[in-house]
Amino acid sequence: MKKVMIAMSGGVDSSVAAALLKEEGYEVIGGTMHIFPDYEEATDREDHCCSYSAVRDAKRVAQKLDIPHFVFNLQEDFQEKVIDYFVDEYSQGRTPNPCVMCNKEIKFEALHRKAIEIGCDYIASGHYAKIEKESGRYILKKGMDENKDQSYMLYVLNQEQLSQTLFPLSEYTKDEIRAKAKALGFEIHDKAESQEICFVPDDDYVRFLDANYPEISKSGPILDTEGNRVGTHEGLSHYTIGQRRGLGISMGYPIYVIDLDHENNAVIIGEDEAVFSDGLIAEDLNFIPFADIDGRMEVEAQIRYNSYPVKAYIEKVAEGELKVEFEEDQRAVTPGQSVVFYLEDLVLGGGIIKKSFKKS
Amino acid sequence: MNDIYMDHAATTPVAQEVIKAMKSFYSEKFANPASSHLPGQKSAAALENAREEVAELVGAKRAEEIVFTAGGTEADNLALKGAAMALSNQGKHIITTSVEHHAVLRSCEYLEKYLGFEITYLNVDKNGLVDPQTLHNNIRGDTILISIMFANNEIGSIQPIKKLAAVAKENGILFHTDAVQAAGQLEIDVNDLGIDLLSLSAHKFNGPKGIGALFVRKGVELIPQISGGSQERKRRAGTANLAAAVGMGKAAEMAEKNLGKKRKELISLRDYFISQLRLNFKNLKINGPEPGSKLRLPANINAAFKDLDAETLLFNLSLNNIAAATGSACASGSLSVSHVLKAIELEQAYIKGSIRFSLGKGNTKEEIDYVVEKLKEIISRLNSLK
Repeated sequence: MKKVMIAMSGGVDSSVAAALLKEEGYEVIGGTMHIFPDYEEATDREDHCCSYSAVRDAKRVAQKLDIPHFVFNLQEDFQEKVIDYFVDEYSQGRTPNPCVMCNKEIKFEALHRKAIEIGCDYIASGHYAKIEKESGRYILKKGMDENKDQSYMLYVLNQEQLSQTLFPLSEYTKDEIRAKAKALGFEIHDKAESQEICFVPDDDYVRFLDANYPEISKSGPILDTEGNRVGTHEGLSHYTIGQRRGLGISMGYPIYVIDLDHENNAVIIGEDEAVFSDGLIAEDLNFIPFADIDGRMEVEAQIRYNSYPVKAYIEKVAEGELKVEFEEDQRAVTPGQSVVFYLEDLVLGGGIIKKSFKKS
Repeated sequence: MNDIYMDHAATTPVAQEVIKAMKSFYSEKFANPASSHLPGQKSAAALENAREEVAELVGAKRAEEIVFTAGGTEADNLALKGAAMALSNQGKHIITTSVEHHAVLRSCEYLEKYLGFEITYLNVDKNGLVDPQTLHNNIRGDTILISIMFANNEIGSIQPIKKLAAVAKENGILFHTDAVQAAGQLEIDVNDLGIDLLSLSAHKFNGPKGIGALFVRKGVELIPQISGGSQERKRRAGTANLAAAVGMGKAAEMAEKNLGKKRKELISLRDYFISQLRLNFKNLKINGPEPGSKLRLPANINAAFKDLDAETLLFNLSLNNIAAATGSACASGSLSVSHVLKAIELEQAYIKGSIRFSLGKGNTKEEIDYVVEKLKEIISRLNSLK
């Protein structure tokens, strides 16, 4: 019997995934990560992943399924690979996606290693995505539920990780999973979805940074596209590309953040059409169905999680750097976010947005 | 091999004789010991008999010096908060150690935060022992209470209680000791040792969970922490947990009777275990006092495997049906680093690889051999994965 460790967050998805794996005949062990930093006040909020109530919920589900459950302390790894990364990106005027880094370094790396260390053959999670094998390579595809698809967050997985990962929810919709949870008698079926950043208990990342890493936020000028000073900002980390609110400036027409100039510690603002870009340069690339890209490719590119893929062309411009040109210009391309490439439901891979560009 | 349980420091199985003694107090002899009618009188008698057995276990001359509580934690709370509140007009300084159980540490924090007390935490040596001279040096004019545990639950250090209590007495200060881990393994005589307050917990010596006791020397005043009726001579309100108290009494009687024999057996098994560990594993440290020194709890083994992860080792052992522990049971929810291992200044590489095995009823030499074999397998596999 193959052994699998299901990463349990206490939420509906991972709980039902655990039950499904058991039904499929695996020997299932539940695992929950303890990643919450000691310097932040822990939360008991229901909709918050990895809070204490989440661990309790995960344990309760494990008890109902009669599977062993262990909590793994990954605070050190998480601090180093996710939180420090998060802070560092903001200090450079970028907008990071910590969940992508967590998948890469923690969930499917550190936690995965723990699973192997306790004798498991696989690690599993409640992600809505699909893994298949084709022509000797492991490939990643969108899950059945278009609306809930989480493949965007998983583009970072490499072949070794994919070969030892299971996604039991790949063929289900969220509604089906909720119904299944209810049928299994899990109390969590009505639980609200877990959103936002798991290690920021009140979801206020600005407060998190100001309270714990104040040194990264230095006040500076807000400039228009001509270089004129039009205001003062409280620190680049408080702003993101495309942001309209909280600028404290009234110009008579809508203005938006169009760039965060780290070198000069300046926030650049402009009008709506300045927020659009024709393309971007991506780095820290990972490709899945093939080892590396050859020539120019037509793809569908998704530039943030809460968005959808749009037609684009990608080609390598330097070692580890890719140029992405959109068919139609895109709004608020944000350095630090991930760009993920699709061909229908196949995930080709992706990278971190280094900078955007405008042809004009 | 059946399931192996080596976590007796966390809790112990209830002895069959104890269960037998308790049973009728749930069904036939259930009356409230505080009631004045005949069934109540019978219950009261049983409660007082149990009290005498517990007094006997710790060498108390008067049964009335035993206050039943809901466990060792409550006994620690009553001792610290009760004594502090009673003596607060004489002073607000308390001395304890950095290796106490959380029930003592958090009670001290509570007194600090809400009642304005000042706490001094004495350091310990690399074996976890307190130097009576250090205690002496920290006593002030306003010190009203000293609390030092009898024996440590993590690394097994047995404190020089007689000497420490003598220092307290010289200075006219109350001396409390948390003897939760010691009872049933070590001889306790509160008069010979000069102790004023002593905490006990039944489930550590084959009694039921949910019952403990605080020895309170006659004449020592405590402010009760649970308010209500006048049970326990007004020191701890609430209807007596009759069946559990009877269980504790029976467990205490058995512990007292078997003390010498049990101690010898445990020491023999413990020393065998430690020698097998030393034989089979390189880069190993035994945390706490050396086995031959008589300063180590008979049941306790705490082994540190360098550069290995205790959590991973423990989970692997679990999946092989071997129950052991890291840190202390109460801390495992948070999985933070053991304050005791930090206090003895154990190097980081060893702290992360420290596991506690605590022996008791049912453990055999064969089980120890099996555990050592499994550890070899597990560690060899983990090393190959590195």
